[in-house]
Amino acid sequence: MTSRPVAEGLFVQGAEGPRLIGGRRKVDGRFVFPMPQGAEGDGCDPVELKPQGRLWSYTVQRFRPKPPFNGPGDDRSFQPYAVGYVELEGQVIVESRLIIDDFASLAIGMPMALTTEVFRRDADGADILTYAFRPA
Amino acid sequence: MSSVHIVGAGIHPFGRHDLSGLDQGVFAVREALADAGLDWSAIQFGFGGSSAAGNADAVLPRLGLTGVQFINVANGCATGGSALLSGYWAIKSGEFDLGVVLGFDKHPRGAFNADPEDWGLPAWYGETGMMLTTQFFAMKIQRYRELHGISARTLGLVAEKAFENGARTPHAWRREPVDLETIMGSQMVSDPLTKFMFCSPAEGGAALILASDRKMRELGLAGPRVRGASVRTRVNGSFEVFAPALDVERGPSPTELASKAAYEMAGVGPGDIDVAQIQDTESGAEVMHMAENGLCAHGDQERLIAEGATRLDGATPINTDGGCLACGEPIGASGLRQVYENVQQLRGRAHGRQVAGAKLGYSQVYGAPGLSGVVILEA
Repeated sequence: MTSRPVAEGLFVQGAEGPRLIGGRRKVDGRFVFPMPQGAEGDGCDPVELKPQGRLWSYTVQRFRPKPPFNGPGDDRSFQPYAVGYVELEGQVIVESRLIIDDFASLAIGMPMALTTEVFRRDADGADILTYAFRPA
Repeated sequence: MSSVHIVGAGIHPFGRHDLSGLDQGVFAVREALADAGLDWSAIQFGFGGSSAAGNADAVLPRLGLTGVQFINVANGCATGGSALLSGYWAIKSGEFDLGVVLGFDKHPRGAFNADPEDWGLPAWYGETGMMLTTQFFAMKIQRYRELHGISARTLGLVAEKAFENGARTPHAWRREPVDLETIMGSQMVSDPLTKFMFCSPAEGGAALILASDRKMRELGLAGPRVRGASVRTRVNGSFEVFAPALDVERGPSPTELASKAAYEMAGVGPGDIDVAQIQDTESGAEVMHMAENGLCAHGDQERLIAEGATRLDGATPINTDGGCLACGEPIGASGLRQVYENVQQLRGRAHGRQVAGAKLGYSQVYGAPGLSGVVILEA
């Protein structure tokens, strides 16, 4: 079975696990995510972001979003998923899907670690991977 | 320099209608003209906008092709507020002394869906299900609750008040009270917000006739004076809708900036405000915007709302027509609906929901892509 990332340049798979690719603005050193593409990218140096952080806020997506969401299933088979912001200390607060067994266990400040998940399967049978955070 | 007054106000009731958005805008303008006792031919300029119901300029063939200067305004959720600010500047500059500002809209049912490309965002952000306004609002209040101790019950009380006020308001969409238990127990949409804590995209139109003080006197008219008006956009570190990442160094919100500017312009403070209409896309937004507009300190909302301070008979009544929660949100018209409601309150015409002796009215509209518009009116 083949798999591929939902977008090129979003994250890399290293020996110690995935890393998100952000940017560091040349003008003021601020971190941004994702790494800007095209002309705007010229102003940033790409940087692999910290793979761990703390949950900054969260919610649960309880209904199936309209397009451009292209996750699996239909309105009836839709499975709610959690999303949140994770603060990578001293870098940037990134928005992410969250992998969690019990939504009620989500709490602001909890340690989180980066991983990847199969978000959907493409028409050719390939698994489409995206990044996600899970409790560390 | 001349002052600017609102001498006529009109609205097409919000909700779901068989009428096009454009026709609802035309209806609102005719109501505003009738309110002022003016003919369309007297109008020197117009600023108008709609997010999803076509060009505002298309009202002209219906109202009369008088050659009037008309400018379409498109500024996200602050479209109506921006039209008003443009009209205010037009009169303040001395170039014109009588004009109309209008906003109308008509949206499909259900949550707004946005195309990432339109917002300069990558496709994966939408495809993986993170580009939803509902998630943003839920996450903003979720963090605010943690920092400032706001209970789920308080979020329910905000919605309960909205539907109570909506039941008293002819232009509201939801006109039946909903009890707290039903609100709290309704379907969870995006935690911690339930179905009844979210407003819905809707339809409606609102229009205001603006005049210089000189023109107002000449025409024998009267109306609230615009004391302050401002629009501000996001800065680094503010938490806005459709943000794949946030700066670790946090900053002020556009609402805080717009609010401060409007108070300074008006020469008044939050303590002077008698009645306020603030953006309540969902219950949490009203709670947070109370503090962002200076109407209370962060965290005081829990006590104030429990005490009923924001109800019609409270110290600072908020969203007296039920706000977005009871009226729904037609983007182009929403900010002008707030001003319309304040005009009714300041003229003593808000029958059934009148705030006794209201002299200063405050309104604030907020939305995508991270901008806020404030208007302060004086009776």
